[in-house]
Amino acid sequence: MAEKRIRIMVAKPGLDGHDRGARILARAFRDAGYEVIYTGCHQTPEQIASAAVQEDVDLVGLSCLSGAHGYLFPRVVELLKEKGADDITVIGGGIIPDQDFQKLYDAGIKEIFTPGATLDSILDWIKNNLKPRD
Amino acid sequence: MGSYFSEETVNKSEELTKKWEDEVAHATVQSPDQKPRWSTVSDLEIKRLYTPEDIKEMDFARDIGAPGEFPYLRGNQPTGYRGRYWTFRMFSGMGSAADTNARWHMLLREGQTGLSTAFDFPTLMGYDTDSPNSRGECGRCGVAIDTLDDFLTLVDKIPLDKVTTSMTINPPASVLWAMYCAAADKKGVPLSRIGGTIQNDMLKEFIAQKTFMCPPEPSVRIISDTVEFGTKYVPKWNTISISGYHIREAGSTAVQELAFTLRDGIEYVEDVINRKGLDVDSFAPRLSFFFNSHIDFFEEICKMRAARRIWAHVMKERFHAKNPRSWWLRFHTQTAGCSLTAQQPYNNVVRTAIEALAGVLGGTQSLHTNSLDEVLALPSEHSVQIALRTQQIIAEETGVANTIDPLAGSWFIESLTNKMEEEAWKYIQKIDDMGGMIAAIDKGFPQLEIADAAYRFQQQIDHNEKVMVGVNKYVTSEEQPIPILQIDEKVEKEQLKRLAEVKRRRDSRAVSVDLANLKNACKSGDNVMPHCIQAVKDMATLQEICDVYREVFGEYRDPGLF
Amino acid sequence: MSNNTEDTEQIKKIKAGDVRTASRLIRNLEDELPEAKTTLKRIFLHTGKAHVVGITGSPGAGKSTLVDAMISAFRKKEKTVGVLAVDPTSPFTGGAILGDRIRMQRHAEDAGVFVRSLATRGALGGLSKAVGDAVHVLDVMGKDMILIETVGTGQQEVEIINHSHTVIVVLVPGMGDEIQAIKAGIMEIADIFVINKADRDGSNQLANELMSMLNMAPAFPGGWRPPVIKIGSCFEPQTFNQSVDELATAIADHYRCLEETGLLGDRMKRKAMVEIGEALRDAILTPVLREMTESGEMDAIAERILKRESDPYTIAEEVAGRYLK
Repeated sequence: MAEKRIRIMVAKPGLDGHDRGARILARAFRDAGYEVIYTGCHQTPEQIASAAVQEDVDLVGLSCLSGAHGYLFPRVVELLKEKGADDITVIGGGIIPDQDFQKLYDAGIKEIFTPGATLDSILDWIKNNLKPRD
Repeated sequence: MGSYFSEETVNKSEELTKKWEDEVAHATVQSPDQKPRWSTVSDLEIKRLYTPEDIKEMDFARDIGAPGEFPYLRGNQPTGYRGRYWTFRMFSGMGSAADTNARWHMLLREGQTGLSTAFDFPTLMGYDTDSPNSRGECGRCGVAIDTLDDFLTLVDKIPLDKVTTSMTINPPASVLWAMYCAAADKKGVPLSRIGGTIQNDMLKEFIAQKTFMCPPEPSVRIISDTVEFGTKYVPKWNTISISGYHIREAGSTAVQELAFTLRDGIEYVEDVINRKGLDVDSFAPRLSFFFNSHIDFFEEICKMRAARRIWAHVMKERFHAKNPRSWWLRFHTQTAGCSLTAQQPYNNVVRTAIEALAGVLGGTQSLHTNSLDEVLALPSEHSVQIALRTQQIIAEETGVANTIDPLAGSWFIESLTNKMEEEAWKYIQKIDDMGGMIAAIDKGFPQLEIADAAYRFQQQIDHNEKVMVGVNKYVTSEEQPIPILQIDEKVEKEQLKRLAEVKRRRDSRAVSVDLANLKNACKSGDNVMPHCIQAVKDMATLQEICDVYREVFGEYRDPGLF
Repeated sequence: MSNNTEDTEQIKKIKAGDVRTASRLIRNLEDELPEAKTTLKRIFLHTGKAHVVGITGSPGAGKSTLVDAMISAFRKKEKTVGVLAVDPTSPFTGGAILGDRIRMQRHAEDAGVFVRSLATRGALGGLSKAVGDAVHVLDVMGKDMILIETVGTGQQEVEIINHSHTVIVVLVPGMGDEIQAIKAGIMEIADIFVINKADRDGSNQLANELMSMLNMAPAFPGGWRPPVIKIGSCFEPQTFNQSVDELATAIADHYRCLEETGLLGDRMKRKAMVEIGEALRDAILTPVLREMTESGEMDAIAERILKRESDPYTIAEEVAGRYLK
């Protein structure tokens, strides 16, 4: 049956390996019926953007706890744009102070989740904001 | 057996308990319990009441004993905290070496008694600031160290013969330790007089924190090199801090933290004995441990007590250590970062205080208290001060340090301690059956156990079966932002300049020779430490040395098991 | 006929190796969008150039790590590589975690490598229904080598032979793999055996068992006797890479053997027949089932069978008679 299924990539850019949140999310997305591509830790923005295009995902969820989100998240968005894939939605999470939110939004990150965000709040966001591709 | 209580007491207890049970059955019909099942944060079920029956099988001398006596359930020191408190050791590091040095001097002025270093991620992963992998990371979550030049700035005006320093560093631990040794040498302090700790625990990295470089087997070999070097030349140094902290932060239960950490310890001891032929008593007294103190108060205290008793048995019976100091489990504690919330961050002060108290009642030798803003960024100076004051209040106001192991003998505490020990032994046995921890890691066993526990906990939070105040209960709609430490973008640029300058100044030929020697040692099985020290003295960079390891031993990549 | 029309913009891009367009087409094929089928028809005539290699074996046999190393080996020979890695869909939620790609991420930036994860979406046999279609897309993109990694349930993964020119069966000492594999009929489909993690105890024994099994085999078509290649720990980079090079050479040898003996034609023909079969099923059976379900006939029939008023076999004959004149 023809059905536009949603594919999500969960990726950890940068050098930190704290993957608890990323892995929990990958499972939660699977359990919500999505197809999830997990890239593992220690990925460069370049690797993530390439993989996102090869896998043709609708959403990339970035997780970073090292404080390097200010460079890493916008760089992924930028690279996707270069590859003509700016229709891929990018969201992020991790140790991110309020003060940085606006800069990330301006760079094209659609939503930010910080420690304490519930799985439901993230799944709801996806349900309400992610449309199947054209 | 069963000598803990007289028969009369047990019989009386049974009788009274039966009566009480009837009353409970009656009372809960009138007003039912708030929830059907009561359990620890690790989901270990807890009974409504504990009585002498729960520990009637215990043997007082064998299982509990006195402080300073085998099996050390009540602590290693016969004097408890009266001789000295635990070490107030705040983990810190940010920006450049000079920034961190300034924070260290502030902490020492404020009454901190030991230093503890947080490195940034390029340093932790064995990359220099100028590596493409390092972009955006420099100085972000710790201090950036590329060469001995940076390290000398870091320890500027720090008396290395008086202050002990802990360095949270794993894959490149040999390199940072070499820098410390070289710095001591430059300051004229002999290696025999420097004291401190390198974390140097790679197994928990594969299991939990995922800061890895080379595969497990050669990683453990380099660790054994450092243990051997320390045993011979740096006798006051703790060469491994066998860590449960990160296992817990990755979402394990308390029992998993306990079991996997101690089984990691067993793996290291075996490797040093087999590979280096050292007598167990020559190095075991310098092994130290590092536990998490999570929010479930009693579970944490029992975990720490159980850890001491298990390790004493392991060292005495499995490894036939004869020196009582080899039987000791000495440990550092850090309150649980994962228990803190970004919502209503001031609540974190309360959480940390309770967790710190558990660490003290569990008998920790050293303690880091998290700052209220650590869930948002690196801690500000003000929030670090509150965290340090928390320890000082516990030590000097509350009176909990007056007497040793004050909770001992509680039916609940002893019963829960026994239960956790029992569960931990099951895991240890299981990993033994798999052929050891490296084999278990290869199968993904501890990784998947932890991932399952983490997911279970998150679902309990989502379904309101467990409460995190401010997250799924007592939520406030509007939050006041709190002041946050910002790392200046300039740090990266300046560090790049610094590194380029060092590379320009140094004798490159000497560096090449050093690195070639190190490579040979890696291949031949010679101890890498003397070669590391020589290389850092000649200003070889952290990454240049780590690249030698990568070339000879290969790189480990995240297997990403689910 | 669609075959004769000029290439659309989309097809031109795919032929030029455009990743974005190709990956979107694979996705649309997976999702069974009708316009994707149209494109597939148009590109089919450009297919048939790539060497397709299937890799099967139990979970934990190290297939993904091996594929990762094979990518490097082929890249050294300047061959472009496409990878299709299949992971299971959860039967409960319909979701899936596709994790094979993790081990291949170091190739993510290499323009000569394209890795695509597929979920089984309920297909049996260790593959996804779209795998055949996706192979065609990679083929049109100009990938020289296409590697298909099966789910690795250890059972009933023989389907891979319908999509591959060369099938590699990966076994690991001490896992009881060989018994499972024999039961599942995997042994008969192997063109190359790999004993992975051969540094472990029992690898010689496993090799000997395979050899004696091969000695008992009646005949090898085209004279190709499946070689048994031992590959040690991936943590010993030098020896590991050497063994993988050996494997790459064996894969090339096998293809040459197929070409020289004419067996390649047989395999392609078998593949074509399977594809026709599947396409027929889609073209004939699927619409019939849909119509019967939508009209309520299916429900009525099921009721009749339940009451034992009729049987499935008679009904199938009736329906067939009605549709096939």
